[in-house]
Amino acid sequence: MHNHTSAEITLNINNEDRTVYVRNADTLLYALREKLGLTGAKPGCLNGDCGACTIIVDGDPMKSCLMLAVEAQGKSIITVEGLQNTAIQTEFIDKFAFQCGYCTPGFIMNCHALMTKYPDADDSVIKDWLESNICRCTGYQEIEAAIKAALAAAKGEPG
Amino acid sequence: MSQSIGKSIYRKEALEKVTGKAKYTDDYPAAGTLHVKLAVSPYAHARIIAIDTSKAGEVPGVRAILLGQPFPLTGEEIKDRPPLAFERVRYHGEPVAAVVADTPHQAKRAAELIAVTYEPLPVINSPREALQPDAVLIHENLETYEKIEHVYPEAKTNIADRTKIRKGNMEQGWTESDVTLEASFSLSPSDHIAMETRCVTAEIRPDGFVVFSSSTQSPYMIMELMSRYFQLEKGKIIVNTPFVGGGYGGKVAVQLELIAYLATLAVGGRPVKLLNTREEDMITSPVHIGLDADIKLGATQEGKLKVAQITYLFDTGAYSDKGVTISRAAAITCTGPYQLENIWCDSLCVYTNHPYATAYRGFSHAELLFVFERAMDMLAKKLNIDPLELRRINAFLPGATTPTQIRLNESTVGNLPQCIDRLKQLMNWKEGQVTQVNGRKIRVKGVSCIWKTSTIDTEASSGVVLTFNVDGSVNILSGIVEIGTGTKTILAQLLAEKLKMDIKKIHVKMEVDTQTTPKHWKTVASRGTLMAGRALLKAADDAVVQLKDTASRVLMCSPDDLEVANDMIYVRDEPDTFIHVKDVCHGYKYPSGHSIGGQVIGRGNYILRHLTHIDHETGAGRPGPEYTVGAQGVEVEFDTKEFTYKVLKAFAVIDIGKVLNKKAAEGQVMGAMSMGLNFGSSETFVVSDDGIILNPRLRTYVPFRYGDHPEYLVHFLETPHIDGPFGARGVGEHGLIGMPAALANSLSIASGVELTMLPLTPESIWKETGGG
Amino acid sequence: MLSFDFEYYKPASIDEAVQLFQSLDRQGKNPSYISGGTELITLGRVNKIVTGAVIDIKAIPECLVLEKQGTQLVFGAAQSLTVVREKQFFPLLSKAIVEIADHTARNKITLGGNICANIIYREAVLPLLLTDSTLAVAGLNGLIQYPINDIFQQTLQLDRGEFLVQVITHKQETELPFVCLKKRRQWDVGYPLLTAAALNKNGQIKLAISGLCSFPFRDKRMEYSLNNRSLSMKARIEEAVSRIPAPVLNDVHGSAEYRVFVLENTLQEILAEWEGAGDA
Repeated sequence: MHNHTSAEITLNINNEDRTVYVRNADTLLYALREKLGLTGAKPGCLNGDCGACTIIVDGDPMKSCLMLAVEAQGKSIITVEGLQNTAIQTEFIDKFAFQCGYCTPGFIMNCHALMTKYPDADDSVIKDWLESNICRCTGYQEIEAAIKAALAAAKGEPG
Repeated sequence: MSQSIGKSIYRKEALEKVTGKAKYTDDYPAAGTLHVKLAVSPYAHARIIAIDTSKAGEVPGVRAILLGQPFPLTGEEIKDRPPLAFERVRYHGEPVAAVVADTPHQAKRAAELIAVTYEPLPVINSPREALQPDAVLIHENLETYEKIEHVYPEAKTNIADRTKIRKGNMEQGWTESDVTLEASFSLSPSDHIAMETRCVTAEIRPDGFVVFSSSTQSPYMIMELMSRYFQLEKGKIIVNTPFVGGGYGGKVAVQLELIAYLATLAVGGRPVKLLNTREEDMITSPVHIGLDADIKLGATQEGKLKVAQITYLFDTGAYSDKGVTISRAAAITCTGPYQLENIWCDSLCVYTNHPYATAYRGFSHAELLFVFERAMDMLAKKLNIDPLELRRINAFLPGATTPTQIRLNESTVGNLPQCIDRLKQLMNWKEGQVTQVNGRKIRVKGVSCIWKTSTIDTEASSGVVLTFNVDGSVNILSGIVEIGTGTKTILAQLLAEKLKMDIKKIHVKMEVDTQTTPKHWKTVASRGTLMAGRALLKAADDAVVQLKDTASRVLMCSPDDLEVANDMIYVRDEPDTFIHVKDVCHGYKYPSGHSIGGQVIGRGNYILRHLTHIDHETGAGRPGPEYTVGAQGVEVEFDTKEFTYKVLKAFAVIDIGKVLNKKAAEGQVMGAMSMGLNFGSSETFVVSDDGIILNPRLRTYVPFRYGDHPEYLVHFLETPHIDGPFGARGVGEHGLIGMPAALANSLSIASGVELTMLPLTPESIWKETGGG
Repeated sequence: MLSFDFEYYKPASIDEAVQLFQSLDRQGKNPSYISGGTELITLGRVNKIVTGAVIDIKAIPECLVLEKQGTQLVFGAAQSLTVVREKQFFPLLSKAIVEIADHTARNKITLGGNICANIIYREAVLPLLLTDSTLAVAGLNGLIQYPINDIFQQTLQLDRGEFLVQVITHKQETELPFVCLKKRRQWDVGYPLLTAAALNKNGQIKLAISGLCSFPFRDKRMEYSLNNRSLSMKARIEEAVSRIPAPVLNDVHGSAEYRVFVLENTLQEILAEWEGAGDA
């Protein structure tokens, strides 16, 4: 019996169109991980609280556990797999801004979107954005150093 | 000059982690895997009257539904816990049934349709309640449970174990004391909240091998316990552990593996996966232990501690699993790091109707130090002595004996007085503890000293294998799980130093596969660097012997004349006579074609020396190797009107023997401090009178986020632990353990009230100051 | 992870959305409108929301309007909290919004979604209550405007099949001096113990509060007490506190007694903003 509770949809991910069959009830996170093999976005709470599943949708950070896959049609999706050699990735390594690494892709996506949208972000903007993610290993001081160095590097200042 | 030691070498897995390529247990493709979903108890204590699975069974895709059975019972020291509740639930969130289905949502739908009829029972909500004479018994047949030798459950009570410390002469201690101080403290259970929730896959292969993949800190323990509980052949259990997304002790416990095994068994061995939701990870899986405590100290007018009498009542929750081990560890280090000749301590592991406890970073030390270091501050006030001065007067020095009557030396205990002195400088102690900011805000400093050894299995061992590649590079195989501590990068640094080679040519296998990776007991207790480090150095020695053996025949000299460095094996006093490592590490081939040697495989292992069980009556014994000591502090800005505060600065001075990787060590300490401040300031389960956990999710259980964090100031002392690799001591947990006490000490001064409970929310301070 | 299934529709017009609802309802599918849709996921995963059909209003042009129209500001219900805030049309609304959830979540949560939320806080409502804003609601009878202080009684009182399209606020109201204070159990992110928003119009204080009771409210009697300058500041606060219109919450964030303590301090802060520290 045909039903209307699932559908084949096309998602533009990391500048590629990907066609995937999903339940309407599937979150974008589930589709990315289970249907498309993009496991960089992590499940941490499935409730929009921890930020481990953060990706970038049309330039804004989004918690992919809070978005249905069907809602993402027609949007430009960037996952951590779509980032390479970015300033924020480099600085995360240099500043020891991760330990277990599980929250890292989410933090990096959030930081990357922040840098793109607000290259001049001050402390209060950084705090407003980054308090969306939880890191349980670091003291956040390392992440603070990484985002500030990446912002500086992007502006050509010495980090 | 040092090749690698002390440098802030990047993590070996850094690129994988910043690109999202690092794989955790749930990241492996699950095609063909069935999914397990638990149905959990909505009651903290109830009899199970009936379970109706008929509706659940009708959900498409359901392959099996598992219910509790009388056996096996499980538990590391006392077998008191069925993997799925049988006839009775003892905590909110306890697994009652497990559904196996084709997809996760089918399994979830079916689990939601399992109808369980409960008859609620009286609930025990704290260890003190559990010890009341008329308290309901959570385990009525405690005395019938199988147990290991060194645990002492008390029949017809809620006491799973009692550890006794009896040192010196209490009467004399009280007689010599001019001043006594009595206080009681408590803290409720909370959680680790590793960002990766626990996950396990399991299958039974046609040849009978049981294969797990698990986000665990103890893959080898899974082998051991699965065999013990289910009579499986140890050699036919394989546990794979990829990257683990944070452990903090929470992934030591073996729980989901048991259910996953039963689930795969129920579907003919097909692969199954069980991934905790955040809510399950917080309460269904084991938690951070709670504590009620009473302490009485005696001291002379000059501030010399004479006697300590302490009762620790640990809240192990519904089952004793690691709770007994934790309560024992607390007895072993029952005081702060001070010289005390007369000690009486009873540390009890007490059943309640809370989620059951497991290890948590610090393994009882943050909890006991909260009690002891709060008491020290109260005593200092009573004696009118500066709190750091009181600690310095009593600081544990080489030559003194521990509560378990072991005499420590400079190598085994380090230099606490120097830590205190350094902390004083860092905190600008001479300016005073309190500074007025404005009409209602003050800045206040608080401190705590720390010490910790690791009370681990006396037979705990670690092995390392080094295999050489044809290009002369080396692979490190170690059973250490990369949970975020960076220990595997430290191993690479140790090897680079030892072989005087470029660390870029050292490759570390991050994943653990118990079939091919040499065992490392468990990735816990800040023991990785000591145990695996020593094993690695031994393996390096073994490899060097092999390299020199082959090289000596090529260079026609004695192996004794050779050195290995910079990818070469050369004659010590004629370095121009050499051969490249790559030309001998897979055997040397003479021009004629004749060959000698073969692949160089270095083997090393390490087992802790001279550890003993402690005496049941006195606690005497050597339960752990070296201690790490330190001094910590915080500076808070406190609003005297609203009782709100911000932690401005957090300090740690720790004697870690040798800094192996500066930034990595600082990161370990800062992260641990963050966790300790969280647990001191905010984190707790909110439990209803019925034992229901009201906040099992991250919206209502509030950890630090970016911007809540203080400025961290971390300094290291380097008093070598002679046994440790290059003198290093364990440091994974120590940053945490003084933080709750230091915070409570600062806020007690700030609020003018002796605070006795954690966490220190503005509301709890308001209440203790007489609000409400 | 939602264990139930639903149909998904994304109508392009108000009329289409209303008709869809009616027809899906007749089919017994218990349809739900979503805009941000975050609660569908967070409450759906614990089956506190269950629906057989979802009508996503994010493609309806009227729901996406965000502009100044003469003396009025119009906010489309399907605009994200982030976008509404960044426009900075309405500083008090921006201030209330910035404390809701976290920045990334606010990229998804919409203004309409917050106003219509099941979650009890609905803090975006507070500035709207204080400015006597108007809500445009679509239903079978077309698009109808209601004063928010009439149609918002604890929750937005919508008839079955209706949905919120726009919020309309008088520009001059948004220019009044304001205070917005969110007090939490601990630290800077998460649900409130209480959020108090206040507006000063010609010396008269208007006050709306969320988190104190199980719904956000603006209470005229509390406002009267606060504005009763014949009393001391302390007495005004005491009287206002005595007039809290419903039981004070007692939950994981804080006890009722503590919330009252926090409220007293918060009211002092508000009065101090406009009247100096006074005698409280």
